[in-house]
Amino acid sequence: MSKTITICPIGFVEKDIINTIADCIEMRCGIDCVVSSRMENPKYAYDEGRCQYDSKLILKNLIKCCPQDALRFMGVTHVDLFVPILKYVFGLSQVEGKCSIISIHRLRPQFYDELADPNLLKTRIEKTVLHELGHSLGLTHCRNRHCVMYSSTKIDHTDRKQPDFCPTCFELLNWLIKKM
Amino acid sequence: MAQKPSILVVDDEAAMRESLRDWLMEDGYEVALASSGKNAITMATEKNFDVILLDLKMPGMDGLEALRGLKDVSPQTEILMMTAYATVDTAVHAMKEGAFDYLVKPFDPEEIEIQIKKIIAHKELILENILLRKKLEEKYQFDEIIGRSDPMQEIFDLIGRVAPTDSTVLITGESGTGKELVAQALHGNSSRCYMPFIAVSCGALPDSLLESELFGYEKGAFTGAENTKRGRFEMADKGTLFLDEIGDISLKTQVDLLRVLQEKEFGRLGGEDTIKVDVRVIAATNRDLPQAIQENRFREDLYYRLNVISIDMPPLRKRKEDIPLLAESFIRKYCLEMNREEAKIAPSSLKLLMDYDWPGNVRELENIIERALVIGRGKEIIANDLPFSSRDIMSESFPKSLKMMEKMHIERILEECGWNISRAARELDIDRQTLYNKIEKYDIKKGES
Repeated sequence: MSKTITICPIGFVEKDIINTIADCIEMRCGIDCVVSSRMENPKYAYDEGRCQYDSKLILKNLIKCCPQDALRFMGVTHVDLFVPILKYVFGLSQVEGKCSIISIHRLRPQFYDELADPNLLKTRIEKTVLHELGHSLGLTHCRNRHCVMYSSTKIDHTDRKQPDFCPTCFELLNWLIKKM
Repeated sequence: MAQKPSILVVDDEAAMRESLRDWLMEDGYEVALASSGKNAITMATEKNFDVILLDLKMPGMDGLEALRGLKDVSPQTEILMMTAYATVDTAVHAMKEGAFDYLVKPFDPEEIEIQIKKIIAHKELILENILLRKKLEEKYQFDEIIGRSDPMQEIFDLIGRVAPTDSTVLITGESGTGKELVAQALHGNSSRCYMPFIAVSCGALPDSLLESELFGYEKGAFTGAENTKRGRFEMADKGTLFLDEIGDISLKTQVDLLRVLQEKEFGRLGGEDTIKVDVRVIAATNRDLPQAIQENRFREDLYYRLNVISIDMPPLRKRKEDIPLLAESFIRKYCLEMNREEAKIAPSSLKLLMDYDWPGNVRELENIIERALVIGRGKEIIANDLPFSSRDIMSESFPKSLKMMEKMHIERILEECGWNISRAARELDIDRQTLYNKIEKYDIKKGES
């Protein structure tokens, strides 16, 4: 298996954002990234009652399209994601699988009635990507508040942590990658 | 909780239970799924879950019925109910039936995270509490006080009867007889056992220091009082205060103490407020308090306040049959501490221990056993490991004159038989009249040996 991560834009996603994600993974995890062709806007996953997109359905679709030789396959979208039991999620990873998805929707400062801030958005994207990738590679939440694997149930939590793994999570991550 | 906390998710909708499982697994929990209340009860019978997330609206057995069943099979598991807006009233009803809390679907991610962490922390606290209680119970059993002799059996019986009361107890006895252990056993077997046991060695402290130790002081009460300090009475609130060496306190402190015992309140040094406390006082002394009263060194009123119930600890020389048991227990304790194989005690050494008079009582025996194990290297404690020889014991305990030997022997047997003349005569193998004659001849009096 190749040790590359495939990034897949779902619907329209700015090139800058995709580059941010690829750079971040390459720099923090030392894993090369490739960008796959864009998937269509996931209308099939839209829930009219909630005005949100069911991330489980999008994940199912990603699983179907996952390149065989990819170490991990990560979808990136602007749509607002939910899982049936929760009001929203920033991202979701397949349990014991290769696929994961992250949403930019709730990472934008504008969602919280704040002014647009490209730097803040970039940092939030980096943290969310590393967090979901960590899950996808087998890490669970970390108790260290500064570690990127610390649970984020709201944006404040994301803002408080660092865009990096704590030494323990980093060591575990490398060990998990080597085993693959 | 060293292992991963385990959670059972019970929901008839696959999408709900699976999305919850995936989310909980990211937090490192071990998650199991059940699609019905019936399934959940079967699973909870086979495995102890820390938390169960239970949907209220399910076909067949509904959440409330399942809740009752789950509480029956696994009462220690905390159950979080999951409900839609329309059934909040039912969820509240479920809480009355024993559910920990309820969550409205879909959850706010933070809300579920907080609820689960709250339950896990609550369970950890309960577990910690159970372990602590167990530790305390072990600590305060009578096991620490060793003795099969009649006098010790009477002490155990007395502790058992006195411990559950709130009465003040005065423990008397020579130094080293285990008065503090009795105080701990009284505390440990009372309803106050989970509250503090505070011991103060009154004799070890100068008068002014003892006062501030007992009652505390306010900031600036005297030079050097830089902060307010709580006294031992305050620390022992709802628990037990053990005042050791009570016979050594000054008359002034006796007055202060008497006031607290009467009023159950006191003030810190330099303070104006009155502090109320609920403290059981246990006092101990090796002094002859009635004698001290005669000599105006101890207040009679305080003596009667303290001496509501008295326990007199027998000296070791009056319960020598306990020596082998005590020695074995100390050998076990110190061998374990020294991480060495349990030593035995040679018969000749045991005889020496039995013959010795033990002025320092059980504490002295403990010290001698510890010393013997440190200096002796064999698997047995031999006579050379002991700090006294049979000759020392003979020269220390026995006079050279034959008459004095006879007098001492008769005194000893009379003491052992509790001055029962017939029994003592039988032990001495003489008739009662001969014994009376010898008592008269040697002027032996009860309690003087």
